[in-house]
Amino acid sequence: MSEAPVVLEVRGLTKRFPGVLANDHIDLKLHQGEVLGLLGENGAGKSTLMNMIYGLYSPDEGEILVNGKPVNIKNPNDAIALGIGMVHQHFQLVPVLTVTENIMLGTESVRGPFLDRHKARQRILQISQQYGLDVDPDALVQDLPVGVQQRVEIIKALYRHANILILDEPSAVLTPQETQGLFQVMRTLIDQGVSIIFISHKLKEVLHICDNIAVLRLGKVVGSADPKTATQESLASMMVGREVLLRVEKSPATPGEPVLAVQNLTVQDDRNLIAVNNLTFDVHAGEILGIAGVQGNGQTELVEAITSLRPVVGGKIIVAGKDVTNFTPRKVTETGVSHVPEDRQKHGMVSSFSIRDNMRLQTYYKKPFAKGIVANDKAINQASEQWVAEYDVRTPSIFVSMGSLSGGNQQKAVVAREFTRASKLLIVAQPTRGVDVGSIEFIHKQIVKMRDAGTGVLLVSTELDEILSLSDRIAVMYAGEIIAIIPAADADRERIGLLMAGVREGAVQHE
Amino acid sequence: MKITRTFIFSIVFLLAGGLLLIAALQRTNEIVPYRMTTLPQHVVPSVAFEAPGVTTSILRFPNEDDSLSFNLEIPTVSYSLIVALLFVGVGTYGLVPLQNERAQRTKTNGLILAGILIIPTVLILAAAGQSTNMISMLGASFRLGTPIIIGAMAGIWCERSGVVNIAIEGMMLTGAAFGFVAYTFVTASIPGQGGLWIGIAVAVASGGLMALLHAWLSVTFKTDQIISGTVINIMALGLTAFMRREVILNADASFETLSEFSIPLLSKIPVLGEVLFTGKPIFFSMFLLVILTHVMLYYTRWGLRTRAVGENPHAADTLGINVQRNRYINVIIGGLIAGLAGAWFSLETAGGFRDGMTSGTGFIALAAMIFGKWTPFGAAAGGLLFGFSQALDTRFQLLNVPIPVQFVQMTPYLVTMIVLAGLVGRATAPKAVGQPYEKE
Ligand SMILES: Nc1ncnc2c1ncn2[C@@H]1O[C@H](COP(=O)(O)OP(=O)(O)O)[C@@H](O)[C@H]1O
Ligand SMILES: [Mg+2]
Repeated sequence: MSEAPVVLEVRGLTKRFPGVLANDHIDLKLHQGEVLGLLGENGAGKSTLMNMIYGLYSPDEGEILVNGKPVNIKNPNDAIALGIGMVHQHFQLVPVLTVTENIMLGTESVRGPFLDRHKARQRILQISQQYGLDVDPDALVQDLPVGVQQRVEIIKALYRHANILILDEPSAVLTPQETQGLFQVMRTLIDQGVSIIFISHKLKEVLHICDNIAVLRLGKVVGSADPKTATQESLASMMVGREVLLRVEKSPATPGEPVLAVQNLTVQDDRNLIAVNNLTFDVHAGEILGIAGVQGNGQTELVEAITSLRPVVGGKIIVAGKDVTNFTPRKVTETGVSHVPEDRQKHGMVSSFSIRDNMRLQTYYKKPFAKGIVANDKAINQASEQWVAEYDVRTPSIFVSMGSLSGGNQQKAVVAREFTRASKLLIVAQPTRGVDVGSIEFIHKQIVKMRDAGTGVLLVSTELDEILSLSDRIAVMYAGEIIAIIPAADADRERIGLLMAGVREGAVQHE
Repeated sequence: MKITRTFIFSIVFLLAGGLLLIAALQRTNEIVPYRMTTLPQHVVPSVAFEAPGVTTSILRFPNEDDSLSFNLEIPTVSYSLIVALLFVGVGTYGLVPLQNERAQRTKTNGLILAGILIIPTVLILAAAGQSTNMISMLGASFRLGTPIIIGAMAGIWCERSGVVNIAIEGMMLTGAAFGFVAYTFVTASIPGQGGLWIGIAVAVASGGLMALLHAWLSVTFKTDQIISGTVINIMALGLTAFMRREVILNADASFETLSEFSIPLLSKIPVLGEVLFTGKPIFFSMFLLVILTHVMLYYTRWGLRTRAVGENPHAADTLGINVQRNRYINVIIGGLIAGLAGAWFSLETAGGFRDGMTSGTGFIALAAMIFGKWTPFGAAAGGLLFGFSQALDTRFQLLNVPIPVQFVQMTPYLVTMIVLAGLVGRATAPKAVGQPYEKE
C-alpha cells in the first residue's frame, strides 16, 4: 500500500472559528487507490477539514498538496478542477429539480443558448452503468429515498471527473442494506482508480472498508491505525481518549405490569395509506421492547400514534391502564410518556431556543418551572445546569442556542430532558443516530438505568446491533405489521435479519 | 368529521348553490327546454334558446365585418339553475366521507371547476336582461392585465433566485415617473413617437436602478428583504411625488401616448384578432416577456442556476456557482421589467403622471405570481384573472347592476382564495426565498 503515490496531502492545516480551534495543524496523506477512514467524535473537526480541501472554507494556516504539488484552493471550482469531489454530510441537492438537472448544475452542457439535457442524461447513464450506481435520471430528487439521493451525489462528483472522493459520514443516514450497496460502489470506484476519504464514526464499517485509518480528536490527528490489526475497542478509545465499553452491561429484566398496551392499532401515513396495520403488543414495566425493522415499515407512524402526533384510525392505545387513543400530545405526556423522537431537530427541540428553554418545553407551565403565570428562572437555570452536567452535554453555557450544538450533544440534551421527567413509559426512536461512540455508550447506559428503575422502554431502531444489545424482547416490524416477537435470548443476527427482510418464520423452517 | 379545506369549501359551495337554486326556482316559468336555434339573419349564427319572453343575458361579439358578428344569448334563469345544481352537487360530494385518493382528487377537481365557474356566472348574472360587448370586455381584460402580468414576471425573475421582492410597486412607480420626465424633456427636440421610446428606455433603466438598491441592501448587506422592499416602496412614493411637483408640473401640458397598431393578418381573425393582435407596444411586449421568462427559467443554463440558487443556495455554492452574483443579476433584471410595467401607466395609457398612479398594481402582480406558483404561464393566467376583474368593474357600472360594485371587485380575489387557499395544494415558493445567503 505504502508504495502507491500520494494523491492528496495536507500539511499543518489549521482553521479557527470564533472561540473554537476546529483544526489544529493537521497532517494527512491519501494514497492512490485507497480508502482512508477518518474517525472522530462529533465536533472533532472532520467536516471542517474536508470543507477546506473542497474550497468551502479557507485555511488559516497550512498547505494542501495534490499529486505532490502545492495548490491554492479558493473555491469549489478550484477543487473540482483538481479532481476533488465531495459528498457532504448534509446532501447538497435541489429537491425540486430532476436528477439530471442536479448533476449537470454548474457544468451544464448546452446547445446554443439552451440546455442539452439529452447529452447530460447520456453521460449520467454511462457513469451509472460503469460504477453500478443505479438511478433514474428523470426522477425528481425529492421523490428519491436517501440511499438513492446519495448515489446522485456520488454521480455528481464523478460527472466532474473526480478521482479523489470525499464521503462525509455517508452511512449515517443509510439503512444496513443501503450501506452494503454503498460499500459495493466504493469497491468499484477503487478498482477504477479513484481514491476515497471515508468519514464515519461507525467503527465496524471503518474496519470493514478502509485500507488506512486516521483518528481525529478535538481538531488534532491523534493517531492512525491499520484496520488489519486494530479492533473496535482500540479505535474507540483512541477516538474518545479513554476506555469505552462497546457492550452494554445489563442484568436480566424483571418485568412487571404492562405500561403500554397497543390493541389492533391502525394508522395511516402522510399519503393516507395504511402504515401500521392492526398491530397488537405490550410493553411491561422494567423491560426493554426493541422494535427492529428496515426504515419505513411503519415504525415512525407507530411512535407518532402512541405519542398522539398522528391520528389513530383504528384500535386502542392504553398507557398505564388509561386509554390515551387520540389524546393531545400534552395529555399523553402528562400520562407519563417520555419520547426521544427519531428526528430530533424536527420534533425534539427548537433549535433557535437556548438549551435552557429547550429543557422545559413540556413542563414550562408546571411547578417548579412556573410560578403562577410567570417563569421561575432560578428553578429552570438550576435544573438545566444540573442536567447538562449529569448528561455530559458539552456546551459553553446553558444559554447558547440548541442549534449551535453538534448532533451528539443535541441528542444528549434531548435525552436529558426526557429521561429526567418522571415517566412510566419511555419511547426512544433511533436514540443514537448520528451520535459518536462515547455518547452512544452513555445513552445506552441511561436507557438500561431507566429500565432498572421500573420504566417500560419501547426502543425503535434500525441498527440491529443496538436492538440486539439492549432489548429484552425483540419485535420485528415489516410492512406495517409485527411479524414476530422473540425473547432476546433466542435472537441472533441472521434470524432477525431475515425477519426484517420480510421472511416469515414459517417460511424459514421449510429450508 | 375532521374540518379539512375540502370540507369548508364544500359547505361554501353548498350554500352558494342553494341560494342560487332558490332564486332560480322562484322563476320556474322562465326555465326553458334546452333547444338551440339558428337565427337566419347572420352567417355566423347567434346561438340562442327559442323561448320568447324569457330573461336572457346577451353576450355580443361584434366585428367590423357584420357577417362575422355574433351574439351569445343565454337564458339567465336556466343557466343559474344548472350552475346552482352543479354547486350543490360538488358541495354534497365534497361532504361524502370517502377517504381514498381517487375520491379526493375528484372532490378537488370538482371544487376547482366550481371556483372557476364563479367568474362567467358573475358576468352572466350581471348582464341579465341586457347585453354586453364581450370583445371590448376581453380586450379590456388583457389591457388592464398588462402591467399586472409584466409586474408578475419581474417578481418571478427576482424571487426565483431567492430574493423576495415586495418593491415591484415602487419600481413601477419610479419607472412611470422617470420615464415620463425623460419624455417631457426630449419631447420638443424629437419628433413623432421617438420621445416616448426614449421615455420607455429611461423607465426601464430607473426600475433597474431601484432594483440595484434592493440587491445591494438585501444581498450584500443581508438586510431583511421585506424591510428593504418597504424602504424602496416608500422612497419611490416620495421621490416621484417630488419629481411631479418640481419637474412635470412646470413642463408643457399636452402629451401623447404610444400609438396603437394591428398585426397584419393575425388581427383579422374573428374575436382573437381584436383582443390579442391589436394594441400598443408594451401590451405586445407582455406576451414576449412571458414566453421569454418561461424559456429562460426552464431551458437555459441561467434559468437552471437561478432555480437552484432560489431553492438551495448552499448546494449551488458547492458546485461553484456564484450565489451573490446570480441574485444581483436576477434582481436587476426583475427591476428592469418592473420599470417597463411602470411605463405602461404613464407612456402607454395615461399620457401623464399622477402621484401613486400605479395604485397597488405591483402588489396585485405579486398576488398573480403567487397564484401562478411562481411559474410564468401560471402568473400570466393570474394576471389575466385580475385584469378581467378590473374590466368587470367598469362593465358593472355601465350595466347598472344593483349590487354594490365593491362586492364585484371582490370576485377575483375570492376565486384566488379558493384556488390558492389550498385546493391546488400549497403555494410553492422557492425554498430559500427571503433568506440571505451566508457562506460559512
Ligand atoms: N461554520 C462554523 N462556524 C463556527 N463553528 C463551526 C463551524 N463549523 C464547525 N464549527 C465548529 O468546529 C468544530 C468542528 O466541527 P466539524 O468539523 O463539523 O466536526 P465533525 O465533522 O468532526 O463532527 C465544532 O466545534 C463546531 O462547532
Ligand atoms: Mg461532520
